[in-house]
Amino acid sequence: MNPAEVEERIRTLIEPFNKKGVAVEPATTFAGDLEFDSLTVMDFVAAIEDEFDIIISMNQQAEIDTYGQLVSAVHKLQDS
Amino acid sequence: MSETILKSAEAASAPERVDLLAKFDPIIQTREALLAAGVEDPFSLVMDEVLSPTQAICNGRDTILLGTYNYMGMTFDPDVIAAGQAAMQDFGAGTTGSRVLNGTFRDHRDVETALREFYAMDHAMVFSTGYQANLGIISTLAGKGDYIILDIDSHASIWDGCAMGSAEVVPFKHNDVEALEKRLKRVPEGAGKLVVLEGVYSMMGDVAPLKEMVRVCKENGATVLVDEAHSMGFIGEHGRGVAEEQGVLDDVDFIIGTFSKSVGTVGGFCVSNHPKFEVLRLVCRPYVFTAALPPAVMASSATSIRKLMHGGNKRAHLWENSRTLHGGLKALGFQLGTDTPQSAIIAVIMPDLEKGAMMWEALLKEGLYVNLARPPATPAGMTLLRCSLCAEHTAEQVQTILGMFERAGKAIGII
Repeated sequence: MNPAEVEERIRTLIEPFNKKGVAVEPATTFAGDLEFDSLTVMDFVAAIEDEFDIIISMNQQAEIDTYGQLVSAVHKLQDS
Repeated sequence: MSETILKSAEAASAPERVDLLAKFDPIIQTREALLAAGVEDPFSLVMDEVLSPTQAICNGRDTILLGTYNYMGMTFDPDVIAAGQAAMQDFGAGTTGSRVLNGTFRDHRDVETALREFYAMDHAMVFSTGYQANLGIISTLAGKGDYIILDIDSHASIWDGCAMGSAEVVPFKHNDVEALEKRLKRVPEGAGKLVVLEGVYSMMGDVAPLKEMVRVCKENGATVLVDEAHSMGFIGEHGRGVAEEQGVLDDVDFIIGTFSKSVGTVGGFCVSNHPKFEVLRLVCRPYVFTAALPPAVMASSATSIRKLMHGGNKRAHLWENSRTLHGGLKALGFQLGTDTPQSAIIAVIMPDLEKGAMMWEALLKEGLYVNLARPPATPAGMTLLRCSLCAEHTAEQVQTILGMFERAGKAIGII
């Protein structure tokens, strides 16, 4: 899957979690802009993991602050 | 004069000191607002006198204890006290040393023997607290490149054990067997897998589906650790915990437990049949780099553990208490953490922190102590009044407790 395809799938997955309808851009942050709390993060990460059949450990999550970082991390993970 | 100028110039160029405690300002404010509302401080209660496992003088009032995890009421058992007194007389007040240096006395060995007997397992290792047992075992078992897969509602000591180690940490949804299985299957080939579960989850008092979870772990080649802190002594035919109750104890690789609940003292432990278990005494830092428990605590614990092996009648009475309180609170209209009584913990869900604190205080004034539990310790940001029953609570006391809940609940407007 190329980065654009990964991005398109994540964009669909994020919709039900984006309760305030924030415009999602590469620099959008999960904690700040999207106001994700820890439970939302868990459910959202689980949705992505199931979609791409990958594991995003908490150690890896700690390196991901923005939407753009998530897309590139998932792209790398599903490639390996 | 020139000196003064020099000093003030230096002062001007020095960077401003950042107050490292400023990040806790929101917590200070929440607490102040709570106290300003006139509520008795839930987090600085003093037990002036402890009369029995179920009664104390708290903040000057005669109080029934319903939040002490003293499940089997062993704190005042005459044999437990006598063993501790004798050990203190013969071995002194403390060990002043690590278990691996000068801190292993006769009774440290004896309490490990008692644990091996209790669980019918080959190895036992005693830590200074239950917190350190999880911290030490988890951080030592799972190293760099290994994966720890754990329930999202795990106790703080489990999370801290994960944070202290260097393994990859992967949480799954609470008690969700399918979520656990999916994650196990996605772990890269060749990596070590440690699954960390609890028998009873202490916030809601619910039990884990260990039978299915342990099976899934074994099918996927994972090592399984179960924390039975809140079930030891009470759940299972021999009081060995939820893993015993569900018939999977033989498939659990490591059991973690504590002496500060059913055993009635303080300390933590790990028991296991792993043939290389004893090496952990040399490599587990929270075991090595701390002082061993006092001999009195060890002697009391060993006596208590051996008595718990024959505690069938007390276990039956504790179940009666749990069922009566659960059914009674439900009938009064309180919202509870579980539909059925699953353990000796019954969590009463409060609408919010303010109402929870008011209800907690109203109960205290009625003469009842329960735990006020709030985020981040609780799941889903809930405020809970957590009740833990004791085998020494009489049937009359449980009825008295229900009356207190009814009056307080109506006064605060929760029921």
